[in-house]
Amino acid sequence: MPEAPRPAARNAIGSLVLIAAIVAFAAAAFAYTAGWFSPGRLTPQKLVDGFDLRSPPPLGHRRNHAKGICFTGVFESTGAGFELSRAQVFEQGRYPVIGRFNLATPDPDANDAKVRVRGLGLMISTPDGQEWRMAMIDAPFFPVATVQGFHDLQLASASTAPDAMANFVKAHPEFAAFGAWAKAAPWTGSYAEERFNSLDSFIFTNASGQDHAVRWSLDPTAQPVAVPPEELAKRGPNFLETEITERIKKGPLRWTMMITVANPGDQTADPSKAWPDDRRKIEVGSLIVDRIEPEADGPCRDINFDPTVLPSGMRVSDDPFPPARSSAYRVSYDRRTAEEKDYPRTATGSAQ
Amino acid sequence: MTDVPRFTPFQRTLHWIMAVLILTMLFLGVGMASTVAHVYLRFVHIHETLGIAILVLALIRLAVRLRYGAPPLPLDLPEPMKLAAHLSHYVLYALMIAMPLLGWAMLSAARYPVVLWGGVWLPRIAPQSASLHTALWNAHFYLAFLFYAVILMHLAAALFHALVRRDGVFEAMGPQLARREIAPAE
Repeated sequence: MPEAPRPAARNAIGSLVLIAAIVAFAAAAFAYTAGWFSPGRLTPQKLVDGFDLRSPPPLGHRRNHAKGICFTGVFESTGAGFELSRAQVFEQGRYPVIGRFNLATPDPDANDAKVRVRGLGLMISTPDGQEWRMAMIDAPFFPVATVQGFHDLQLASASTAPDAMANFVKAHPEFAAFGAWAKAAPWTGSYAEERFNSLDSFIFTNASGQDHAVRWSLDPTAQPVAVPPEELAKRGPNFLETEITERIKKGPLRWTMMITVANPGDQTADPSKAWPDDRRKIEVGSLIVDRIEPEADGPCRDINFDPTVLPSGMRVSDDPFPPARSSAYRVSYDRRTAEEKDYPRTATGSAQ
Repeated sequence: MTDVPRFTPFQRTLHWIMAVLILTMLFLGVGMASTVAHVYLRFVHIHETLGIAILVLALIRLAVRLRYGAPPLPLDLPEPMKLAAHLSHYVLYALMIAMPLLGWAMLSAARYPVVLWGGVWLPRIAPQSASLHTALWNAHFYLAFLFYAVILMHLAAALFHALVRRDGVFEAMGPQLARREIAPAE
Protein backbone atom coordinates (compact mmCIF):
# COMPACT_ATOMS: atom_id res chain seq x y z
CA MET A 1 0.00 0.00 0.00
CA PRO A 2 1.26 3.51 -0.80
CA GLU A 3 1.99 5.57 2.30
CA ALA A 4 0.10 8.64 1.10
CA PRO A 5 -3.35 8.40 -0.45
CA ARG A 6 -3.48 9.57 -4.03
CA PRO A 7 -5.22 12.91 -4.48
CA ALA A 8 -7.50 11.31 -7.02
CA ALA A 9 -10.68 10.11 -5.38
CA ARG A 10 -12.05 13.59 -4.86
CA ASN A 11 -13.04 14.01 -8.49
CA ALA A 12 -13.59 10.38 -9.39
CA ILE A 13 -17.24 10.80 -10.37
CA GLY A 14 -16.51 13.85 -12.48
CA SER A 15 -13.61 12.07 -14.18
CA LEU A 16 -15.72 9.01 -14.94
CA VAL A 17 -18.42 11.20 -16.48
CA LEU A 18 -15.77 12.96 -18.56
CA ILE A 19 -14.34 9.62 -19.76
CA ALA A 20 -17.80 8.33 -20.66
CA ALA A 21 -18.51 11.54 -22.58
CA ILE A 22 -15.26 11.27 -24.56
CA VAL A 23 -15.91 7.64 -25.46
CA ALA A 24 -19.53 8.36 -26.39
CA PHE A 25 -18.44 11.26 -28.61
CA ALA A 26 -15.84 9.09 -30.34
CA ALA A 27 -18.39 6.34 -30.95
CA ALA A 28 -20.89 8.86 -32.31
CA ALA A 29 -18.30 10.37 -34.65
CA PHE A 30 -17.61 6.92 -36.04
CA ALA A 31 -21.31 6.21 -36.54
CA TYR A 32 -21.75 9.59 -38.20
CA THR A 33 -18.90 8.88 -40.62
CA ALA A 34 -20.48 5.54 -41.43
CA GLY A 35 -23.67 7.38 -42.36
CA TRP A 36 -25.86 5.97 -39.57
CA PHE A 37 -27.26 9.43 -38.78
CA SER A 38 -27.57 10.47 -42.43
CA PRO A 39 -30.52 8.64 -44.00
CA GLY A 40 -30.43 11.12 -46.89
CA ARG A 41 -26.88 10.24 -47.95
CA LEU A 42 -26.69 8.55 -51.33
CA THR A 43 -24.78 5.37 -50.57
CA PRO A 44 -23.58 2.66 -52.94
CA GLN A 45 -25.95 0.31 -51.13
CA LYS A 46 -28.89 2.54 -52.10
CA LEU A 47 -27.76 2.65 -55.74
CA VAL A 48 -27.53 -1.14 -55.85
CA ASP A 49 -30.84 -1.55 -54.01
CA GLY A 50 -32.28 0.71 -56.71
CA PHE A 51 -32.01 -2.15 -59.20
CA ASP A 52 -34.05 -4.44 -56.96
CA LEU A 53 -37.09 -2.19 -56.61
CA ARG A 54 -39.21 -3.85 -59.29
CA SER A 55 -38.22 -7.46 -58.77
CA PRO A 56 -36.31 -9.52 -56.23
CA PRO A 57 -32.52 -9.30 -56.57
CA PRO A 58 -30.88 -11.82 -58.94
CA LEU A 59 -29.01 -13.78 -56.27
CA GLY A 60 -25.46 -14.62 -57.28
CA HIS A 61 -25.58 -12.36 -60.33
CA ARG A 62 -24.49 -8.80 -61.02
CA ARG A 63 -27.19 -6.45 -59.80
CA ASN A 64 -27.30 -4.63 -63.12
CA HIS A 65 -26.16 -5.86 -66.54
CA ALA A 66 -27.05 -9.19 -64.97
CA LYS A 67 -27.32 -11.13 -68.23
CA GLY A 68 -24.08 -11.70 -70.06
CA ILE A 69 -21.66 -14.06 -71.78
CA CYS A 70 -17.86 -14.25 -71.42
CA PHE A 71 -15.24 -13.77 -74.09
CA THR A 72 -11.46 -13.85 -74.30
CA GLY A 73 -9.04 -12.59 -76.90
CA VAL A 74 -6.39 -9.94 -77.35
CA PHE A 75 -6.03 -6.22 -77.65
CA GLU A 76 -3.71 -5.45 -80.53
CA SER A 77 -2.14 -2.07 -79.96
CA THR A 78 -0.91 0.00 -82.91
CA GLY A 79 1.32 2.16 -80.70
CA ALA A 80 -0.56 5.29 -81.76
CA GLY A 81 -2.08 5.74 -78.30
CA PHE A 82 1.31 6.24 -76.72
CA GLU A 83 1.25 9.92 -77.65
CA LEU A 84 -1.76 10.26 -75.31
CA SER A 85 -0.89 7.92 -72.46
CA ARG A 86 2.30 6.29 -71.25
CA ALA A 87 0.34 3.16 -70.24
CA GLN A 88 2.00 -0.01 -71.47
CA VAL A 89 -1.24 -1.03 -73.16
CA PHE A 90 -0.52 1.60 -75.83
CA GLU A 91 2.91 0.27 -76.68
CA GLN A 92 2.70 -1.67 -79.92
CA GLY A 93 1.92 -5.28 -79.08
CA ARG A 94 -0.73 -7.84 -78.22
CA TYR A 95 -2.19 -8.01 -74.72
CA PRO A 96 -4.63 -10.62 -73.37
CA VAL A 97 -8.20 -9.60 -72.61
CA ILE A 98 -11.11 -11.03 -70.65
CA GLY A 99 -14.49 -9.51 -71.36
CA ARG A 100 -18.21 -9.86 -71.20
CA PHE A 101 -21.05 -8.97 -73.55
CA ASN A 102 -24.06 -8.02 -71.50
CA LEU A 103 -27.52 -6.50 -71.35
CA ALA A 104 -28.43 -3.51 -69.19
CA THR A 105 -31.03 -5.27 -67.10
CA PRO A 106 -31.19 -6.59 -63.53
CA ASP A 107 -32.82 -9.78 -64.89
CA PRO A 108 -30.34 -12.56 -65.77
CA ASP A 109 -33.14 -14.33 -67.67
CA ALA A 110 -34.29 -11.29 -69.65
CA ASN A 111 -35.51 -11.66 -73.22
CA ASP A 112 -32.71 -10.35 -75.43
CA ALA A 113 -35.19 -8.59 -77.70
CA LYS A 114 -36.59 -6.55 -74.81
CA VAL A 115 -33.43 -4.90 -73.54
CA ARG A 116 -32.62 -1.62 -75.23
CA VAL A 117 -29.07 -1.07 -73.97
CA ARG A 118 -26.26 -3.55 -74.61
CA GLY A 119 -22.89 -3.39 -72.92
CA LEU A 120 -19.35 -4.67 -73.01
CA GLY A 121 -17.04 -5.17 -70.03
CA LEU A 122 -13.34 -5.43 -70.82
CA MET A 123 -10.11 -6.06 -68.93
CA ILE A 124 -6.77 -5.72 -70.72
CA SER A 125 -3.71 -7.04 -68.84
CA THR A 126 -0.19 -5.89 -69.60
CA PRO A 127 3.18 -7.49 -68.74
CA ASP A 128 3.93 -4.79 -66.16
CA GLY A 129 1.19 -6.34 -63.99
CA GLN A 130 -1.26 -3.50 -64.55
CA GLU A 131 -4.77 -3.65 -65.95
CA TRP A 132 -7.18 -1.44 -67.82
CA ARG A 133 -10.78 -2.28 -67.02
CA MET A 134 -13.79 -0.68 -68.64
CA ALA A 135 -17.54 -1.03 -68.80
CA MET A 136 -19.08 0.44 -71.94
CA ILE A 137 -22.54 0.57 -73.49
CA ASP A 138 -23.92 1.02 -76.99
CA ALA A 139 -25.77 4.26 -76.22
CA PRO A 140 -23.83 7.32 -77.43
CA PHE A 141 -24.37 9.21 -74.17
CA PHE A 142 -25.58 8.51 -70.65
CA PRO A 143 -29.25 9.03 -69.69
CA VAL A 144 -28.57 11.44 -66.84
CA ALA A 145 -26.00 14.05 -65.87
CA THR A 146 -25.57 13.29 -62.17
CA VAL A 147 -25.39 10.29 -59.87
CA GLN A 148 -28.37 11.56 -57.91
CA GLY A 149 -30.20 11.84 -61.24
CA PHE A 150 -29.47 8.18 -61.88
CA HIS A 151 -30.92 7.23 -58.51
CA ASP A 152 -33.96 9.43 -59.19
CA LEU A 153 -34.39 7.53 -62.46
CA GLN A 154 -34.29 4.23 -60.57
CA LEU A 155 -36.95 5.48 -58.16
CA ALA A 156 -39.15 6.95 -60.90
CA SER A 157 -38.95 3.77 -63.00
CA ALA A 158 -40.06 1.68 -60.04
CA SER A 159 -42.75 4.09 -58.87
CA THR A 160 -46.41 3.25 -59.31
CA ALA A 161 -47.37 6.94 -59.24
CA PRO A 162 -48.73 7.80 -62.70
CA ASP A 163 -46.75 11.03 -62.97
CA ALA A 164 -43.46 9.68 -61.59
CA MET A 165 -41.66 9.50 -64.95
CA ALA A 166 -43.10 12.81 -66.11
CA ASN A 167 -41.85 14.49 -62.96
CA PHE A 168 -38.47 12.84 -63.36
CA VAL A 169 -38.09 14.10 -66.95
CA LYS A 170 -39.13 17.56 -65.83
CA ALA A 171 -36.40 17.54 -63.17
CA HIS A 172 -33.81 15.96 -65.50
CA PRO A 173 -34.37 17.45 -68.97
CA GLU A 174 -31.18 15.81 -70.28
CA PHE A 175 -33.06 12.50 -70.19
CA ALA A 176 -35.09 13.53 -73.25
CA ALA A 177 -32.09 13.02 -75.56
CA PHE A 178 -31.63 9.49 -74.25
CA GLY A 179 -35.33 8.79 -74.67
CA ALA A 180 -35.13 9.95 -78.28
CA TRP A 181 -32.10 7.72 -78.91
CA ALA A 182 -33.84 4.71 -77.32
CA LYS A 183 -36.85 5.24 -79.56
CA ALA A 184 -35.13 5.95 -82.85
CA ALA A 185 -31.78 4.12 -82.82
CA PRO A 186 -31.78 0.95 -84.91
CA TRP A 187 -31.55 -2.45 -83.18
CA THR A 188 -29.12 -5.05 -84.46
CA GLY A 189 -29.13 -8.83 -84.26
CA SER A 190 -25.60 -9.22 -82.88
CA TYR A 191 -23.24 -8.02 -80.19
CA ALA A 192 -20.61 -8.06 -82.96
CA GLU A 193 -22.41 -5.24 -84.80
CA GLU A 194 -22.57 -2.88 -81.84
CA ARG A 195 -20.43 0.15 -81.20
CA PHE A 196 -19.57 0.39 -77.50
CA ASN A 197 -18.76 3.73 -75.86
CA SER A 198 -16.95 4.73 -72.68
CA LEU A 199 -19.35 7.66 -72.20
CA ASP A 200 -17.35 8.81 -69.20
CA SER A 201 -14.34 11.08 -69.61
CA PHE A 202 -10.88 10.16 -68.38
CA ILE A 203 -7.51 11.87 -68.30
CA PHE A 204 -4.59 10.31 -70.17
CA THR A 205 -1.04 11.37 -69.36
CA ASN A 206 1.80 10.74 -71.81
CA ALA A 207 5.48 10.16 -71.18
CA SER A 208 6.15 13.92 -71.29
CA GLY A 209 3.57 14.48 -68.56
CA GLN A 210 0.97 16.12 -70.81
CA ASP A 211 -2.66 15.53 -69.90
CA HIS A 212 -5.47 14.95 -72.39
CA ALA A 213 -9.15 14.53 -71.59
CA VAL A 214 -10.47 11.59 -73.59
CA ARG A 215 -13.43 9.34 -74.25
CA TRP A 216 -13.29 6.20 -76.35
CA SER A 217 -15.30 3.78 -78.42
CA LEU A 218 -15.02 0.29 -79.84
CA ASP A 219 -16.24 0.41 -83.45
CA PRO A 220 -17.32 -2.92 -84.92
CA THR A 221 -15.71 -4.08 -88.14
CA ALA A 222 -18.84 -6.15 -88.78
CA GLN A 223 -21.39 -4.20 -90.81
CA PRO A 224 -24.39 -3.34 -88.59
CA VAL A 225 -27.68 -4.55 -90.00
CA ALA A 226 -30.79 -2.92 -88.60
CA VAL A 227 -33.44 -5.39 -87.49
CA PRO A 228 -36.83 -4.28 -86.13
CA PRO A 229 -37.38 -5.38 -82.51
CA GLU A 230 -40.55 -7.27 -83.55
CA GLU A 231 -38.35 -9.36 -85.81
CA LEU A 232 -35.78 -9.90 -83.02
CA ALA A 233 -38.56 -11.07 -80.70
CA LYS A 234 -39.12 -14.06 -82.98
CA ARG A 235 -35.53 -15.24 -82.64
CA GLY A 236 -35.87 -16.61 -79.11
CA PRO A 237 -35.06 -15.11 -75.71
CA ASN A 238 -31.32 -15.81 -75.93
CA PHE A 239 -30.71 -15.00 -79.59
CA LEU A 240 -27.79 -12.68 -78.87
CA GLU A 241 -25.86 -15.37 -77.00
CA THR A 242 -26.73 -18.04 -79.57
CA GLU A 243 -25.75 -15.77 -82.44
CA ILE A 244 -22.38 -14.72 -81.00
CA THR A 245 -21.53 -18.34 -80.12
CA GLU A 246 -22.24 -19.36 -83.73
CA ARG A 247 -20.56 -16.34 -85.31
CA ILE A 248 -17.26 -16.91 -83.52
CA LYS A 249 -16.96 -20.33 -85.19
CA LYS A 250 -16.44 -18.55 -88.51
CA GLY A 251 -13.54 -16.49 -87.22
CA PRO A 252 -12.50 -13.87 -84.66
CA LEU A 253 -14.64 -10.78 -84.05
CA ARG A 254 -13.00 -7.37 -84.26
CA TRP A 255 -13.57 -3.87 -83.00
CA THR A 256 -11.39 -0.82 -83.60
CA MET A 257 -10.62 1.26 -80.54
CA MET A 258 -10.93 4.96 -81.26
CA ILE A 259 -9.87 7.53 -78.66
CA THR A 260 -11.59 10.89 -78.92
CA VAL A 261 -9.52 13.78 -77.58
CA ALA A 262 -11.32 16.75 -76.05
CA ASN A 263 -10.63 20.26 -77.23
CA PRO A 264 -9.52 22.65 -74.53
CA GLY A 265 -12.64 23.77 -72.70
CA ASP A 266 -14.74 20.70 -73.50
CA GLN A 267 -16.67 19.64 -70.43
CA THR A 268 -15.71 16.29 -68.89
CA ALA A 269 -18.13 16.18 -65.96
CA ASP A 270 -21.33 15.30 -67.81
CA PRO A 271 -21.52 12.00 -69.72
CA SER A 272 -25.09 12.82 -70.84
CA LYS A 273 -23.61 15.27 -73.34
CA ALA A 274 -21.52 14.00 -76.23
CA TRP A 275 -18.65 16.08 -77.53
CA PRO A 276 -19.01 17.60 -81.00
CA ASP A 277 -18.26 15.17 -83.84
CA ASP A 278 -15.25 17.08 -85.14
CA ARG A 279 -13.02 16.24 -82.18
CA ARG A 280 -9.72 14.58 -82.96
CA LYS A 281 -9.92 10.78 -83.09
CA ILE A 282 -6.98 8.40 -82.85
CA GLU A 283 -7.13 4.71 -83.76
CA VAL A 284 -5.11 3.03 -81.03
CA GLY A 285 -5.72 -0.65 -81.64
CA SER A 286 -8.14 -3.50 -82.12
CA LEU A 287 -10.09 -5.74 -79.82
CA ILE A 288 -9.97 -9.25 -81.25
CA VAL A 289 -12.36 -11.72 -79.65
CA ASP A 290 -11.61 -15.34 -80.42
CA ARG A 291 -13.46 -17.36 -77.80
CA ILE A 292 -16.94 -17.21 -76.29
CA GLU A 293 -17.86 -19.03 -73.06
CA PRO A 294 -21.06 -19.17 -71.01
CA GLU A 295 -20.85 -16.98 -67.94
CA ALA A 296 -21.57 -19.67 -65.32
CA ASP A 297 -18.10 -21.20 -65.71
CA GLY A 298 -16.49 -18.49 -67.78
CA PRO A 299 -13.47 -16.34 -66.91
CA CYS A 300 -15.47 -13.09 -66.79
CA ARG A 301 -17.84 -14.29 -64.12
CA ASP A 302 -15.90 -13.18 -61.06
CA ILE A 303 -14.35 -10.10 -62.61
CA ASN A 304 -15.58 -6.71 -61.48
CA PHE A 305 -15.36 -4.56 -64.63
CA ASP A 306 -14.74 -1.47 -62.54
CA PRO A 307 -13.93 1.41 -64.91
CA THR A 308 -11.65 3.03 -62.35
CA VAL A 309 -9.09 0.22 -62.50
CA LEU A 310 -6.66 2.11 -64.71
CA PRO A 311 -2.95 1.69 -65.47
CA SER A 312 -0.39 4.41 -64.75
CA GLY A 313 -0.90 7.07 -67.42
CA MET A 314 -4.68 7.09 -67.05
CA ARG A 315 -6.86 8.51 -64.31
CA VAL A 316 -10.43 9.59 -63.71
CA SER A 317 -11.58 13.10 -64.61
CA ASP A 318 -14.10 15.26 -62.75
CA ASP A 319 -16.84 13.02 -64.20
CA PRO A 320 -18.79 11.92 -61.08
CA PHE A 321 -19.84 8.57 -62.54
CA PRO A 322 -16.66 6.46 -62.52
CA PRO A 323 -16.18 6.84 -58.73
CA ALA A 324 -19.89 6.19 -58.12
CA ARG A 325 -19.84 3.18 -60.42
CA SER A 326 -16.73 1.87 -58.66
CA SER A 327 -18.37 2.06 -55.24
CA ALA A 328 -21.64 0.53 -56.47
CA TYR A 329 -19.94 -2.22 -58.51
CA ARG A 330 -18.04 -3.18 -55.38
CA VAL A 331 -21.26 -3.55 -53.39
CA SER A 332 -22.79 -5.60 -56.21
CA TYR A 333 -19.65 -7.77 -56.28
CA ASP A 334 -19.65 -8.23 -52.50
CA ARG A 335 -23.28 -9.31 -52.57
CA ARG A 336 -23.10 -11.68 -55.51
CA THR A 337 -19.94 -13.44 -54.38
CA ALA A 338 -21.64 -14.02 -51.01
CA GLU A 339 -24.53 -15.66 -52.88
CA GLU A 340 -22.43 -18.09 -54.88
CA LYS A 341 -24.63 -21.01 -53.83
CA ASP A 342 -27.57 -19.40 -55.62
CA TYR A 343 -25.67 -19.36 -58.92
CA PRO A 344 -23.55 -22.49 -58.81
CA ARG A 345 -20.96 -23.29 -61.41
CA THR A 346 -22.06 -26.07 -63.73
CA ALA A 347 -18.75 -27.73 -64.56
CA THR A 348 -16.75 -29.54 -61.92
CA GLY A 349 -13.23 -28.48 -61.08
CA SER A 350 -13.50 -25.18 -62.91
CA ALA A 351 -11.82 -23.04 -60.30
CA GLN A 352 -11.03 -20.09 -62.52
CA MET B 1 13.03 6.69 -8.42
CA THR B 2 11.04 9.82 -8.97
CA ASP B 3 10.04 8.92 -12.54
CA VAL B 4 7.36 6.41 -13.43
CA PRO B 5 8.68 3.60 -15.64
CA ARG B 6 7.96 4.44 -19.28
CA PHE B 7 8.07 2.89 -22.71
CA THR B 8 11.20 3.80 -24.70
CA PRO B 9 10.97 7.05 -26.70
CA PHE B 10 10.93 5.01 -29.94
CA GLN B 11 8.01 2.92 -28.67
CA ARG B 12 6.12 6.06 -27.64
CA THR B 13 6.73 7.70 -31.04
CA LEU B 14 5.54 4.59 -32.86
CA HIS B 15 2.46 4.36 -30.65
CA TRP B 16 1.29 7.91 -31.31
CA ILE B 17 2.02 7.87 -35.04
CA MET B 18 0.10 4.61 -35.36
CA ALA B 19 -2.74 5.90 -33.20
CA VAL B 20 -3.29 8.70 -35.71
CA LEU B 21 -2.91 6.39 -38.72
CA ILE B 22 -5.23 3.69 -37.38
CA LEU B 23 -7.97 6.12 -36.39
CA THR B 24 -7.72 7.77 -39.83
CA MET B 25 -7.88 4.32 -41.37
CA LEU B 26 -11.00 3.22 -39.50
CA PHE B 27 -12.85 6.45 -40.27
CA LEU B 28 -11.81 6.27 -43.92
CA GLY B 29 -13.04 2.70 -44.04
CA VAL B 30 -16.58 3.33 -42.82
CA GLY B 31 -16.71 6.64 -44.68
CA MET B 32 -15.71 5.28 -48.08
CA ALA B 33 -18.02 2.28 -47.75
CA SER B 34 -21.00 4.62 -47.47
CA THR B 35 -20.44 7.20 -50.19
CA VAL B 36 -20.73 7.42 -53.97
CA ALA B 37 -19.08 10.87 -54.04
CA HIS B 38 -16.03 11.54 -56.20
CA VAL B 39 -13.82 11.46 -53.10
CA TYR B 40 -14.58 7.73 -52.77
CA LEU B 41 -11.67 6.80 -55.05
CA ARG B 42 -9.25 8.99 -53.12
CA PHE B 43 -10.42 7.48 -49.83
CA VAL B 44 -9.86 3.97 -51.20
CA HIS B 45 -6.40 4.93 -52.42
CA ILE B 46 -5.38 6.41 -49.05
CA HIS B 47 -7.00 3.50 -47.18
CA GLU B 48 -4.94 0.97 -49.11
CA THR B 49 -1.71 2.95 -48.81
CA LEU B 50 -2.16 3.57 -45.08
CA GLY B 51 -3.06 -0.08 -44.58
CA ILE B 52 0.29 -1.22 -45.90
CA ALA B 53 2.07 1.51 -43.90
CA ILE B 54 0.33 0.31 -40.72
CA LEU B 55 1.25 -3.30 -41.47
CA VAL B 56 4.94 -2.38 -41.80
CA LEU B 57 4.90 -0.19 -38.68
CA ALA B 58 3.03 -2.86 -36.69
CA LEU B 59 5.65 -5.48 -37.52
CA ILE B 60 8.43 -3.08 -36.48
CA ARG B 61 6.51 -2.26 -33.34
CA LEU B 62 6.02 -5.92 -32.49
CA ALA B 63 9.76 -6.53 -32.85
CA VAL B 64 10.54 -3.53 -30.64
CA ARG B 65 8.02 -4.68 -28.04
CA LEU B 66 9.52 -8.16 -27.96
CA ARG B 67 12.99 -6.64 -27.57
CA TYR B 68 12.27 -3.90 -25.02
CA GLY B 69 9.06 -5.13 -23.38
CA ALA B 70 6.66 -2.92 -21.49
CA PRO B 71 6.94 -1.17 -18.11
CA PRO B 72 5.40 -3.23 -15.28
CA LEU B 73 1.85 -2.45 -14.26
CA PRO B 74 1.37 -1.04 -10.72
CA LEU B 75 1.51 -3.73 -8.05
CA ASP B 76 -1.82 -2.65 -6.58
CA LEU B 77 -3.70 -2.87 -9.88
CA PRO B 78 -6.60 -5.34 -9.41
CA GLU B 79 -6.13 -8.65 -11.21
CA PRO B 80 -9.11 -8.25 -13.59
CA MET B 81 -7.68 -4.92 -14.78
CA LYS B 82 -4.26 -6.46 -15.28
CA LEU B 83 -5.82 -9.26 -17.29
CA ALA B 84 -7.81 -6.78 -19.37
CA ALA B 85 -4.67 -4.73 -20.00
CA HIS B 86 -2.69 -7.74 -21.20
CA LEU B 87 -5.52 -9.17 -23.31
CA SER B 88 -6.32 -5.84 -24.96
CA HIS B 89 -2.69 -5.45 -25.98
CA TYR B 90 -2.67 -8.89 -27.59
CA VAL B 91 -5.90 -8.05 -29.42
CA LEU B 92 -4.61 -4.67 -30.61
CA TYR B 93 -1.36 -6.14 -31.94
CA ALA B 94 -3.25 -8.96 -33.64
CA LEU B 95 -5.66 -6.53 -35.31
CA MET B 96 -2.95 -4.08 -36.40
CA ILE B 97 -1.26 -6.90 -38.27
CA ALA B 98 -4.33 -8.88 -39.36
CA MET B 99 -6.53 -6.09 -40.72
CA PRO B 100 -4.21 -4.94 -43.52
CA LEU B 101 -3.52 -8.55 -44.48
CA LEU B 102 -7.24 -9.38 -44.50
CA GLY B 103 -8.02 -6.37 -46.69
CA TRP B 104 -5.19 -7.13 -49.09
CA ALA B 105 -6.17 -10.81 -49.29
CA MET B 106 -9.85 -9.89 -49.72
CA LEU B 107 -9.06 -7.77 -52.79
CA SER B 108 -6.71 -10.45 -54.08
CA ALA B 109 -9.49 -13.04 -53.81
CA ALA B 110 -11.67 -10.66 -55.86
CA ARG B 111 -8.85 -10.38 -58.44
CA TYR B 112 -8.96 -6.68 -57.74
CA PRO B 113 -5.72 -4.70 -57.66
CA VAL B 114 -4.26 -2.93 -54.63
CA VAL B 115 -2.60 0.23 -55.97
CA LEU B 116 -0.56 2.30 -53.54
CA TRP B 117 0.30 5.97 -53.58
CA GLY B 118 2.85 6.50 -56.32
CA GLY B 119 1.29 3.91 -58.63
CA VAL B 120 2.71 0.75 -57.04
CA TRP B 121 0.62 -2.33 -57.90
CA LEU B 122 0.92 -4.94 -55.15
CA PRO B 123 1.00 -8.64 -56.03
CA ARG B 124 -1.99 -10.79 -55.17
CA ILE B 125 -1.64 -12.77 -51.93
CA ALA B 126 -4.71 -15.01 -52.26
CA PRO B 127 -6.22 -17.07 -55.07
CA GLN B 128 -9.29 -15.76 -56.86
CA SER B 129 -12.29 -17.27 -55.08
CA ALA B 130 -15.80 -16.01 -54.41
CA SER B 131 -16.17 -17.95 -51.15
CA LEU B 132 -12.75 -16.90 -49.88
CA HIS B 133 -13.56 -13.29 -50.81
CA THR B 134 -16.76 -13.46 -48.78
CA ALA B 135 -15.02 -14.96 -45.75
CA LEU B 136 -12.29 -12.30 -45.87
CA TRP B 137 -14.83 -9.53 -46.46
CA ASN B 138 -16.79 -10.59 -43.38
CA ALA B 139 -13.63 -10.77 -41.29
CA HIS B 140 -12.39 -7.35 -42.48
CA PHE B 141 -15.81 -5.76 -41.93
CA TYR B 142 -16.67 -7.12 -38.49
CA LEU B 143 -13.14 -6.93 -37.11
CA ALA B 144 -13.06 -3.23 -38.05
CA PHE B 145 -15.88 -2.57 -35.59
CA LEU B 146 -14.22 -4.79 -32.98
CA PHE B 147 -10.98 -2.86 -33.56
CA TYR B 148 -12.67 0.48 -32.96
CA ALA B 149 -14.46 -0.87 -29.87
CA VAL B 150 -11.18 -2.13 -28.40
CA ILE B 151 -9.55 1.23 -29.18
CA LEU B 152 -12.36 2.99 -27.30
CA MET B 153 -11.86 0.67 -24.32
CA HIS B 154 -8.12 1.30 -24.52
CA LEU B 155 -8.82 5.05 -24.54
CA ALA B 156 -11.21 4.77 -21.60
CA ALA B 157 -8.71 2.71 -19.63
CA ALA B 158 -5.90 5.16 -20.38
CA LEU B 159 -8.03 8.07 -19.20
CA PHE B 160 -9.07 6.07 -16.12
CA HIS B 161 -5.40 5.59 -15.26
CA ALA B 162 -4.67 9.26 -15.98
CA LEU B 163 -7.62 10.90 -14.22
CA VAL B 164 -8.90 8.46 -11.61
CA ARG B 165 -6.15 6.10 -10.51
CA ARG B 166 -3.26 8.45 -11.31
CA ASP B 167 -0.94 5.48 -11.05
CA GLY B 168 1.58 6.34 -13.77
CA VAL B 169 0.25 3.86 -16.33
CA PHE B 170 -0.95 6.65 -18.64
CA GLU B 171 2.38 8.43 -18.31
CA ALA B 172 4.23 5.30 -19.40
CA MET B 173 3.01 6.05 -22.93
CA GLY B 174 1.65 9.58 -22.67
CA PRO B 175 3.00 12.91 -21.47
CA GLN B 176 3.97 13.02 -17.78
CA LEU B 177 0.89 14.79 -16.49
CA ALA B 178 0.93 13.47 -12.94
CA ARG B 179 4.64 13.59 -12.29
CA ARG B 180 4.56 16.16 -9.55
CA GLU B 181 1.68 14.48 -7.79
CA ILE B 182 3.27 11.06 -7.80
CA ALA B 183 6.72 12.12 -6.78
CA PRO B 184 5.95 13.03 -3.13
CA ALA B 185 4.57 9.58 -2.43
CA GLU B 186 7.98 7.98 -2.61
